[in-house]
Amino acid sequence: MSELSILLPIFIPLVGAVVLLLGQRSLGVQKLGGVLFSGLTFAAAIYLLLAADAAGHVVLQVGNWSAPFGISLVADRFSAVMVAVSSFMGAAVAVYALSEIDESRLRRFFFPLYLILMFGVNGAFLTGDLFNLYVWFEVMLIASFVLMSMGGERGELEGGMKYVCLNLLSSVMFLAGAGIIYGKTGTLNMADIAQNLIHSPDANWVISSSMLLLVSFGLKAGIFPFFFWLPASYHTPPSAVSAIFAGLLTKVGVYALFRAYTLMFVPIFSEVQTIILFLAVMTMITGVFGAASHFDMRRILSFHIVSQIGYMVLGLAFMTPLSIAAAIFYLVHHIIVKTNLFLVSGVVIRLKGSSDLAKVGGLAKSAPWLAALFFVPAFSLGGIPPLSGFWAKFAVVKAGLEIEAWISVTAALLVGVLTLYSMTKIWAEAFWKDQPEDHVPVTTKHTGALGFMVGPIVVMAVATVIIGLFGEPLFEFSERAAAQLLNPEEYISAVLGPATEELP
Amino acid sequence: MEALIAVLVGVLFAAGTYSLMRRSIVKLVIGVILISQGANLLVFTAGGLLAGRPALVPGDGTVPPAPFGDPLPQAMVLTAIVIGFGLTAFLLALVARAHEAVGDDDINAFNKTDT
Repeated sequence: MSELSILLPIFIPLVGAVVLLLGQRSLGVQKLGGVLFSGLTFAAAIYLLLAADAAGHVVLQVGNWSAPFGISLVADRFSAVMVAVSSFMGAAVAVYALSEIDESRLRRFFFPLYLILMFGVNGAFLTGDLFNLYVWFEVMLIASFVLMSMGGERGELEGGMKYVCLNLLSSVMFLAGAGIIYGKTGTLNMADIAQNLIHSPDANWVISSSMLLLVSFGLKAGIFPFFFWLPASYHTPPSAVSAIFAGLLTKVGVYALFRAYTLMFVPIFSEVQTIILFLAVMTMITGVFGAASHFDMRRILSFHIVSQIGYMVLGLAFMTPLSIAAAIFYLVHHIIVKTNLFLVSGVVIRLKGSSDLAKVGGLAKSAPWLAALFFVPAFSLGGIPPLSGFWAKFAVVKAGLEIEAWISVTAALLVGVLTLYSMTKIWAEAFWKDQPEDHVPVTTKHTGALGFMVGPIVVMAVATVIIGLFGEPLFEFSERAAAQLLNPEEYISAVLGPATEELP
Repeated sequence: MEALIAVLVGVLFAAGTYSLMRRSIVKLVIGVILISQGANLLVFTAGGLLAGRPALVPGDGTVPPAPFGDPLPQAMVLTAIVIGFGLTAFLLALVARAHEAVGDDDINAFNKTDT
């Protein structure tokens, strides 16, 4: 029975999307259903997390085709926690969307697409098959394409074009890489690929195809030098959409990188470690400089996604138990904090009509509660103790010091300071300075109550504080998950069965 | 045969990349289509090409007579073609709408969300 628990986080959003498509006439049904099914997904994800943490691995061979011939769904601790955090964001942003998303978008199937997005994201986290991962990426992408551009305004369409084209290219790279890997190893099951490569005397012949996957996942994760679509598009759609994209989509790319280099390509990791390390450092630096040069709240936040992705990839590049645990902790912290910051920017837009820092101001006086709610995630992102970001950064830096990677550690600390600079800039401009006299705030028209927008922000801010003050259980969990990732034999035997027979 | 297809894949990727680099958004779409067809063909070829050897089990046996063509890459390519078809349709619609909104076919006019 516990094997079936892995299906629920995938199945519930799909059923929800179908139900909402049938109930398209009633806005009430759309709204209620959107929140209900996201909430149910979250509950199922928590159940899966508990099951996966207890058992180590939850594996389901779909259709009872034994691995490696069928498609395996696998939840280890890492993927289970990703599903849980994503579904948490999914439920919170669904509530936020009740108030922010206008009627025309709701009529154009906002919530069914939103649930399909969750369906794709959860599927990508849980699959154990390389080609299946490609399909999940496409499910997720097509839903995100429509969500990104459904408003039909110029900015959304332009941003959408860049987003769509570069992500299509990344999919092509993925397909080519997966195809060549199949040609070389004769299998698509990730555990089976890993096993074949570990037992192969000469695994180096997959380096080229692993590079294709690195480019593809890197494009999706938004690492240097593939991130250009991200800051050009993430600030265009409504804040609820930006928030869920910022929280989840790039993290799916990071997850895929982790899965590739801690499972499939372990034997060749030492060959590519330098490349990943270089990309991670450059990602941090370029992202933070991009953010420093901008003066619009949402654009600054978009660039900060890039720079923060660098920290996670840095954790992967160090490849020590502490650094992997730090990266997992960082992922969880970052998803919550970044989603929350985009949600706050949505409230700023609602109150002031713009997210351009030159046009807004005086929020600390007119909305002190919002200032407090911005303060928590912003300074958590900047790494101020005792908020969650401090522990995440601290762990990554400590892991770097342990293996004496001085340049990377210096870059990480420098980027931390610059992150704080950007957050202080938003703080000083949007909250402290008075409203500029030549810009009268325009309140944008929203139908729903403000409470639906503020509620999720409060919940996430509380989560950030809790992770900061009582982060030990989460960090211990991350260490358990990292131990699993660094021991791929465990994953392989969980998927292929303990007595692994050599295939003909 | 494989060598010929390999060259063809290369040509498709090259032509696609060239089209992507052009400034017209229609050529952008053409480039994406060419590259994705190149990838489909690449996957198809990666499974090995065997003419006239389908993986069909004869009535009295349990395995197809060796050597037989691997059906899995073909299934993968079929999936990829369907996905690519849907994405291309969406991309075309998006380009049409974007062209209406921007009023220009030139990529350089699509600069409102940059900087």
